[in-house]
Amino acid sequence: MAVFSRGFGARRRDTDPHLPPGQYLTEDFPVLSAGPTPRIDTDEWSFSIRNEHGEVVSWDWAQLMDMSIEDVSTDIHCVTRWSKLGTSWRGVSIDTLMAQVETDAQFAMAHSYGGYTTNIPFEDLLDGKAWVAFEFDGEPLDPEHGGPARLLVPHLYFWKSAKWVNGLVLMDEDAPGFWEQNGYNMHGDPWTEERYW
Amino acid sequence: MIVGGWRPAEVVDVVDASSHARVLRVRVTDWPGNDAGQHIDIRLTAEDGYQAERSYSVGSYGAGDIIELAVDEVPDGEVSPYLVRDVAVGDQLEVKGPLGGYFVWRAGGVVPVQLIAGGSGIVPLRAIARAMSDAGVAASGRLLYFVRTPEDAIYRDELTRDAEAGGVPVTWAYTRGAPDGWQGRVGRLDDSGIAAASWRPDDEPLVFVCGPTRFVEHVADTLVRLGHPASSIRTERFGGA
Ligand SMILES: Cc1cc2nc3c(=O)[nH]c(=O)nc-3n(C[C@H](O)[C@H](O)[C@H](O)COP(=O)(O)OP(=O)(O)OC[C@H]3O[C@@H](n4cnc5c(N)ncnc54)[C@H](O)[C@@H]3O)c2cc1C
Repeated sequence: MAVFSRGFGARRRDTDPHLPPGQYLTEDFPVLSAGPTPRIDTDEWSFSIRNEHGEVVSWDWAQLMDMSIEDVSTDIHCVTRWSKLGTSWRGVSIDTLMAQVETDAQFAMAHSYGGYTTNIPFEDLLDGKAWVAFEFDGEPLDPEHGGPARLLVPHLYFWKSAKWVNGLVLMDEDAPGFWEQNGYNMHGDPWTEERYW
Repeated sequence: MIVGGWRPAEVVDVVDASSHARVLRVRVTDWPGNDAGQHIDIRLTAEDGYQAERSYSVGSYGAGDIIELAVDEVPDGEVSPYLVRDVAVGDQLEVKGPLGGYFVWRAGGVVPVQLIAGGSGIVPLRAIARAMSDAGVAASGRLLYFVRTPEDAIYRDELTRDAEAGGVPVTWAYTRGAPDGWQGRVGRLDDSGIAAASWRPDDEPLVFVCGPTRFVEHVADTLVRLGHPASSIRTERFGGA
């Protein structure tokens, strides 16, 4: 049973059916990360997927740009409670990349320049649910938002959308990534408020 | 880290910290205690059931069911003006936490420690400075605190008093206006200013940087440029453009 806060509510924000519980709308694009912003040139960038048998497939920037690129319009939700609706991105779908990888793995660990990691059930990355994104709002992705490329998994809280992403490691068993070791949920569904342990 | 569900809480003390910030003490039912640097989520519920939730760092640490918060007003904000202007002793809210297991320092943890705060970013660093003093390692801590003017500083008197009594030494950086007789510069600190007020990379400090997003971006970039490894810099961004 909630307690009431006397006098609260004068400056309430609009609610919107697209907002998951406990979230509020923001027009800016807040930044969250655990350390300084890495700055990676596209000519040193690469992305690789390693399957559960240790086989690796890699792409450099030019190869990524040669793949089928998709426009994505989506809402995004940060565990710190802001949501942004109708954001637009461009990127390569994980399905497209996975066409070159064989796996039966159930889980993935995303890895980033700078050492960040986050774990994601593999099915949450497939079937048009996730991209390696490199454009936001028609512009190359800013370093502070994860440029040159970040993972985009918009149906989960945004800490799963690893910035400065440089690879996926596919795993038979789940293991916690960086924030997951530090108290965040292993899955992160905003609609069921999977925020913390 | 302990989270738990929403716990009822009551405001037991409010003290103005500046013309736009307030220190609140809140008694939380069954509070399990918290580490220095952790934060909580606050949930406010209006009479008609409308709710809003925001994160706030805890300025205190350790056991006991009263925690200290310090809130700076974001003028067009929804929650902070209420906490800074309206909330009074005896008012109720709800708290979830403590949260976060990364932006924390515990007794026996790595030293030296460099603390760099901007504005309300002082709150978790205040808790860490307190924990370092209690652990007897205040001399291994250094705090660099950026404020617009002396009057904007949260914990101004406490930080000065603690430093004089052997607590973590403080360097003040004024971005808009300095106190009378101030010899140093006023304005955004350049690399050499930050370097002069901080442990050197050779000292291998663990660095905690906290404040508004743009501030944290600027300071963290500077630290990397000065030679601090990214892996030894922990950041907490409070939001804002
Ligand atoms: C882990 C964590 C710990 C925090 N600890 C503290 C704390 O100890 N003390 C404290 O005062 N705040 C703290 N904050 C910020 C706090 O959660 C709120 O964001 C802040 O109080 C503004 O909320 P609001 O409802 O008043 O404004 P909102 O209604 O959320 O926002 C209004 C406008 O202000 C902008 N804005 C939001 N936050 C800030 C900010 N911090 N600075 C400048 N502009 C902003 C928004 O982008 C928006 O445009 C913390 C945030 C995080 C994520």
